[in-house]
Amino acid sequence: MSIAITTQIICFTILSLVILIGALGVVLLESIVYSAFLLGGVFMSVAGLYLLLNASFVAAAQVLVYVGAVNVLIIFAIMLVNKKEDLKPINDIKSRRIISTTICLTLLSLLIRVDLTNVWSLSSPQNSIGEESTIRIGEHLFSDYLLPFEVASVLLLMAMIGAIVLARRDVMSKDISTGLPVDQELIEKSSEPLLTNKN
Amino acid sequence: MEYGLDLEYSFNEFLKGFGLSSEIAHIIWLPLPMLLVLVAAVVGVLVTVWLERKISAAAQQRIGPEYAGALGVLQPIADGLKLLVKEDIIPAKADGILFTAGPILVLVPVILSWLIVPFGQNLLISNVGIGIFLWIALSSIQPIGLLMSGYASNNKYSLLGGLRAAAQSISYEIPLALSVLAIVLMTNSLSTIDIVNQQSGAGILSWNIWRQPVGFIVFWICALAECERLPFDLPEAEEELVAGYQTEYAGMKFALFYLGSYINLILSALLVSILYLGGWGFPIPVELIAKFLNLPINAPFIQVFTASIGIVMTVLKAYLLVFIAILLRWTTPRVRIDQLLDLGWKFLLPISLANLLITAGLKLAFPQFFGG
Repeated sequence: MSIAITTQIICFTILSLVILIGALGVVLLESIVYSAFLLGGVFMSVAGLYLLLNASFVAAAQVLVYVGAVNVLIIFAIMLVNKKEDLKPINDIKSRRIISTTICLTLLSLLIRVDLTNVWSLSSPQNSIGEESTIRIGEHLFSDYLLPFEVASVLLLMAMIGAIVLARRDVMSKDISTGLPVDQELIEKSSEPLLTNKN
Repeated sequence: MEYGLDLEYSFNEFLKGFGLSSEIAHIIWLPLPMLLVLVAAVVGVLVTVWLERKISAAAQQRIGPEYAGALGVLQPIADGLKLLVKEDIIPAKADGILFTAGPILVLVPVILSWLIVPFGQNLLISNVGIGIFLWIALSSIQPIGLLMSGYASNNKYSLLGGLRAAAQSISYEIPLALSVLAIVLMTNSLSTIDIVNQQSGAGILSWNIWRQPVGFIVFWICALAECERLPFDLPEAEEELVAGYQTEYAGMKFALFYLGSYINLILSALLVSILYLGGWGFPIPVELIAKFLNLPINAPFIQVFTASIGIVMTVLKAYLLVFIAILLRWTTPRVRIDQLLDLGWKFLLPISLANLLITAGLKLAFPQFFGG
């Protein structure tokens, strides 16, 4: 066994262990802050797996989008609203657990099916594109994957407009959902507790 | 453009002369450039700290460090030793694990980014295909470390500093990436080697700064903001927040933050010189000098001359920019947080978007000047 393959196996083992343990930690840990930071670790390890698969552009994009943007915003949100409050006990916890378990198992079986039916091996080792993948991804985004790409951008635009509407309710004269004129005093009142009750 | 010294090849051949297999030779070779670059980065920090002290002293009509070595050149080493032997304190109500992991998460991505900094045609650790994109991705990890240390310190000033750092870093990453994108558009490649080679045609005249003046200014402002240098040092604004996210740190953990911020400053200066100032290129092309001296371009003498002048030029350009950054720090007042975010989102972002659009248009109109 050559040194390169040994290194690859060691890296793969470590990365998979970090992903599995980290993901369990994200779900099971009590402290939401720890969960958020562990999520960042899991995202980084997934990027490491992409690197092992010679997909360096996808790995860097994973780090930039998931760690640099998504995870930072999650942590940001947690720290801005870090209220210590006891969660209310849920009545029908058992049925909820059953439903979520079924959904998770269905998704798992779907993934296993994909894994079993897909042909993973390349026809020849020369077919791997490696460093050229950036160009190929660009070509695909502007030809056969153009529509999904554009639809995704419209989705992001909608999310952005929604966030602005939610955040800047004071500049609207009419309520978006009910069509009634906005009571400016109410908005002032609703934003007050955030500033004063922050012990 | 496949000339230039190839140290790795000669080193491997040298080891194979002793009867080692090429794999073993490769493994012995691997840590050498990494160690060299790490040492270069740390020495660069020592020089920058000395420069900062001396230039700030000159700006305030003081003398600055004087007794530690000639002109105080040993002062940064004394500072470093002091931090090394200081007691390492973790506040009683702080979160120990996150408190320790924070500074590491801040420093490691910065050092990893040195992977792509070229000092010559073959003088870099790895010519990875994604090149400059790797740096953008890695620099986006840093805010997590800052938030982590801000949260773990259990101190309101630390938390505010961490939040400010994250907000600032997210806002300025976008114009930064867009101005890099304009360069990549002209180069047709993300690799830093290709970016420098694209500027090496006619010496100083072909540098990107003439073709991307707006991008250069946007990139420089954003790089200063990412390094949290004054006028953008809000995360550690000492009059308001004590020292921001570093407030509770002492000893070596504080030194990691200190080291990280200075390595980041040098890295940014190096990247500005690579992206906009021709990297290792001499203002007059070396080929012209060789022709003038009637020497073939592949002569060993010219090869060594090119390599050494490449390193000197890269470092010289970078330190010129570091000098400007230090001068800016000691002569400009700090901006307010709303001014900072206004500048980032309402001014730099539209300008860099327009710059990208105009670059794309010019590339279509004048392919010979803006990369076909």
